[in-house]
Amino acid sequence: MSTLKIAGLKVSIETDQGTKHILKGVDLTINEGEVHAVMGPNGSGKSTLAYTIAGHPRYKVEGGSITLDGEDVLAMSVDARARAGLFLAMQYPVEIPGVTVSNFLRTAKTSIDGAAPAIRGWATTVRDSMKNLRMDAEFATRNVNEGFSGGEKKRHEILQLELLKPKFAVLDETDSGLDVDALKIVSEGVNRAHGTTGLGILLITHYTRILRYIKPDFVHVFVDGRVAEEGGPELADRLEDEGYDRFLVDGVTDTPEPAGAQA
Amino acid sequence: MAVVSTDAAERLGIRAHSDGPAASPSRIPVQSRAERFSSFEHDDFPEVTGFEAEWKLTPVDRIRSLIDGELDGSPYPIRYPEVEGASVEWLPRSDARVGSAGAPEERASANAWTSFEHALHIGIDGAIETAMTVTRGELGDTPRAAHTIVTAAPNSRGLVVLDSQGGAALSENVEIVLGEGAQLTVVSLQEWDGSALHLASHFARVGRNARLRHFVVSLGGSVVRVNPSAHLAEEGAEAELFGVYFADAGQHLEQRVFVHHDAPHSRSRVTYKGALNGDGARTVWVGDVLIAPSAPGTDSYEQNRNLVLSEGTRADSIPNLEIETGDIVGAGHASATGRFDDEQLFYLQSRGITEDEARRLVVLGFLSEIVQKIGEPALEARLLSALEDELGAVR
Ligand SMILES: Nc1ncnc2c1ncn2[C@@H]1O[C@H](COP(=O)(O)OP(=O)(O)OP(=O)(O)O)[C@@H](O)[C@H]1O
Ligand SMILES: [Mg+2]
Repeated sequence: MSTLKIAGLKVSIETDQGTKHILKGVDLTINEGEVHAVMGPNGSGKSTLAYTIAGHPRYKVEGGSITLDGEDVLAMSVDARARAGLFLAMQYPVEIPGVTVSNFLRTAKTSIDGAAPAIRGWATTVRDSMKNLRMDAEFATRNVNEGFSGGEKKRHEILQLELLKPKFAVLDETDSGLDVDALKIVSEGVNRAHGTTGLGILLITHYTRILRYIKPDFVHVFVDGRVAEEGGPELADRLEDEGYDRFLVDGVTDTPEPAGAQA
Repeated sequence: MAVVSTDAAERLGIRAHSDGPAASPSRIPVQSRAERFSSFEHDDFPEVTGFEAEWKLTPVDRIRSLIDGELDGSPYPIRYPEVEGASVEWLPRSDARVGSAGAPEERASANAWTSFEHALHIGIDGAIETAMTVTRGELGDTPRAAHTIVTAAPNSRGLVVLDSQGGAALSENVEIVLGEGAQLTVVSLQEWDGSALHLASHFARVGRNARLRHFVVSLGGSVVRVNPSAHLAEEGAEAELFGVYFADAGQHLEQRVFVHHDAPHSRSRVTYKGALNGDGARTVWVGDVLIAPSAPGTDSYEQNRNLVLSEGTRADSIPNLEIETGDIVGAGHASATGRFDDEQLFYLQSRGITEDEARRLVVLGFLSEIVQKIGEPALEARLLSALEDELGAVR
């Protein structure tokens, strides 16, 4: 059984104002087939966690570890992580001028599998996957994410998830900006991948709406760069009712700040 | 690395060149383009020192033979297919069509004009279905002059490819004349051998409601300088000038574009994209746009983007916009020279694509945006694979 294990992860970034510490010791273990939801206020470091798992060069790991079945993920290049079975559906997918979706998908699939997919079978697979996600066939000839609407970009991310068949996927606010129908279509795509490949999922979201379609096994509350509370699906409902106030007060108490802040 | 851009729209990790023309707002040329001297006679132009605005970015020592040397102006072997509605013939110098679109503005161009014996005429008379591709591949290393005239009859439609291969030391002029309502695409394709020297001036005259699409594709050669100009001479004339170039180590690729808006409601778009890779790879793009008092209602935009793939390269990118009428629809320019966009590379790598492969994809994508506009699938495919070959050396 595959396991993605994050332990004591500390991450900073360099800004014009100096070093900014964002993740302050994150512990999170995802087993094959599990769905973990991560919820938390804006700026708490959710995307930072996602990018750090994928290996974005901007994020500097100060401490802790990420391992995939015992292998040191942090030692791997970005592309090696993807080939090892990690996938990130980005909050803001990037436009690549002049590179068509079809060329991109084939190149990515070839890289991940180490061999080019059979031409005819692949074309059919892509077409079917696009159809399932209600993406017009015309998207294959368009340049990657160029001129895509917000929702179209998210579908394109999930298309890649279905085609590349990773072991673990981080979905960073894949539900944001989706209309009701699109949310359902995209969720179905995630569930198909989950059902057919035993995908483990780290689902970052602000809304419980998507959790009605993609049922989490665990919910983690992310505050100020660490996991402040963990629980089952019921925790998400509680967050929806109560918000994050309770945790924010705790967050301040935890930080070795001026004594006055503890009042 | 300072990040500067005249146009934030394109994400390139944009960086202006050290001498800064890319970042400076529209610079008024010392001398208006409208007043530039022109003549058909070589000796009417002063000696070239290499310090002139016209030549200071060009390695004149490598092309002295073309600027001042004796040039062989005789006809040369060409290949072309039979295309219904198109004709190819050699014309005497005395033919009335010679000189109908423009006159040399510098000494090498005038040297070619003084020296050519016959002009190659490519005529488009109807709506041609297939491309008229004229290939020359046996010019040899003797310094040569050439003169080409492409005419598109009123309301004709077609695509002409001027494909240059092999070795050459060539100075030439190309006249392009579009009659009323004609729609013509001209692709000037420089696929020279590595040692070729090539100076070209293209003079296009675009008639009423006619539309020129012009492509300069420079891949091969040692020093290649192709300067296209479009005279939007009658009401409703339109020109789209595209360029794509890939400079390798030691290669000098230059293009000085001039669009002359000289009639009401004329429209122009200039889009040049280049990549530089290897020590001494050098590119120059100058984009002059003149909107004359005679051109109210002009709509014009020009841009140049360069992607720097290695150390030791230099890209100059200099837009000049002169506006002499208050009544315009739009006039703008953008210029940027930069390295890879890290976010694009990250996105591709996060899908398992290796860094080298990701770079190749990004560069190819960047350049193929121009190639995709040619509108001739076979040629586009051939050029894309030629670009891929160029990229073989990129890491
Ligand atoms: N490149 C950057 N420059 C400056 N600050 C940054 C940068 N990247 C992240 N940060 C800061 O790090 C903190 C965490 O950001 P992150 O994007 O991880 O938050 P998030 O939890 O995903 O928020 P949201 O819910 O709004 O997506 C924020 O305060 C953010 O401003
Ligand atoms: Mg985020």
